[in-house]
Amino acid sequence: MAHLIVENLTKSFGSLKVLKGVSFTLEKGEVLAIIGSSGSGKTTLLRCLNFLETPDGGQITVSDKPLLDGHDNDDEIRKKRLHFGLVFQSFNLFPQYTVHKNVTLALELLSQEREDWKTNKKAILDEINKTADDLLARVGLADKAQAYPCQLSGGQQQRVAIARALALSPEILCFDEPTSALDPNLTGEVLRVIRSLKSADRTMIVVTHEMDFARKVADKVIFMANGVIEEEGTAQQVFENPQSELTKAFLTGFDFDKDEE
Amino acid sequence: MSFLEVTLFLWEGFKISLLIFAVTLLCGAPLGLPIAFCSMSKFKPLRALSKIIVWIVRGIPLMLQIFIIYYVPGLLFEFPLFSKIDIYMLVNYDIVDAGRIVAVLIAFTLNYACYFSEIYRGGIESISYGQYEAGYVLGMTKSQIFRKIILVQVIKRIVPPMSNEIITLIKDTALANCIMVCEIIKNAKELAANEALVWPLFFTGVFYLVFVGLLTILLGKLEKKLDYFRG
Repeated sequence: MAHLIVENLTKSFGSLKVLKGVSFTLEKGEVLAIIGSSGSGKTTLLRCLNFLETPDGGQITVSDKPLLDGHDNDDEIRKKRLHFGLVFQSFNLFPQYTVHKNVTLALELLSQEREDWKTNKKAILDEINKTADDLLARVGLADKAQAYPCQLSGGQQQRVAIARALALSPEILCFDEPTSALDPNLTGEVLRVIRSLKSADRTMIVVTHEMDFARKVADKVIFMANGVIEEEGTAQQVFENPQSELTKAFLTGFDFDKDEE
Repeated sequence: MSFLEVTLFLWEGFKISLLIFAVTLLCGAPLGLPIAFCSMSKFKPLRALSKIIVWIVRGIPLMLQIFIIYYVPGLLFEFPLFSKIDIYMLVNYDIVDAGRIVAVLIAFTLNYACYFSEIYRGGIESISYGQYEAGYVLGMTKSQIFRKIILVQVIKRIVPPMSNEIITLIKDTALANCIMVCEIIKNAKELAANEALVWPLFFTGVFYLVFVGLLTILLGKLEKKLDYFRG
């Protein structure tokens, strides 16, 4: 069975139907790019996966485990969220903590729930600090560990946010327009980091307006329009040979630099 | 009366002013928090109740609230609670004005808690929802998010308006003399009446000024201390 199965997901805000039955599957290690114009439901889909919104209907299954099972008290939802990680458009780093602490905070709090926390505290904290050091090195910010978010550029902040999300080793890492709040000259460094995360056991979903990025990095591309999946396929299928008129119209708005590779 | 004697007499009164200041701050500041939470509650009746209380307390002069609290037990229930405390404490422990001071403390604490609650509410509501969501997706509980992420950011934002209220508070303590509590201005007025000395009344300003000066330095330091982050 696929690693992530989303079946007939629906969500309305009042009378506005934002998701009108969205279904797709994703294998472990695949990168899915979700594209589409504003208001097509991309972000809402991602927020439903992370339980920031409660879907009205449908099913989300991760590693054979259905998540929409009616158990939706705060603690259950908190545990379900941990299957997913989310990197926000606006970073949402914690301003009062150093870069290092931003990465370790959630791990520390979760470790306090472990049974061996009291007896093994020092070893656990050392482990967490090491994880954070490794992750910061991976996103190229080892030297900024003791800086505060306000001392970093937007691109650096977003890389910290990526390290922070990775710290909990989520099964599926989601990105909600990770470069939309950045100056054009800073998007490259963030996209490079995301690209470098691609590996056999890391499943990622990226909502993006960076078509070149989607084309080069994604294994699978979904084009959303009006709350449904209008077209889905491999990056090549969707970008080179789109079937739907809406997809064609959307893609003509972008200039592709096809000679780049 | 010598300058030193006058100063010492006024200092006796200022100690009462400081007492009212300290108790109001120590009790009112924490009490403001549950009121703020009630004002933001999703449960409508609770929210309405808390908003009505805040409206009444902020809508009536503090002096009138002191009168109400001091006189209502006697007028409505024929049980002048605070006068009884006055007499009891004077007879048994030789402490003057105890009941009156308690009435003043209740009025001040309630009044300031309501003002503080509105400052807290403004501070809490000003934090971007993204901060909560970042906590949620990292598997934190609501209480962890509030304690570990939101609180310090709120404190940083409310230090300036709180400083304002705290500075107003020390000067408001003069209102206690409306029910004859011997705070500093009451003592100065006594000197005017009994010793024909008018200058001590104006001299009281120096006490307030010095204290407000100290507060300003202290609160400024706190503001500086929270300067290490923006947000």
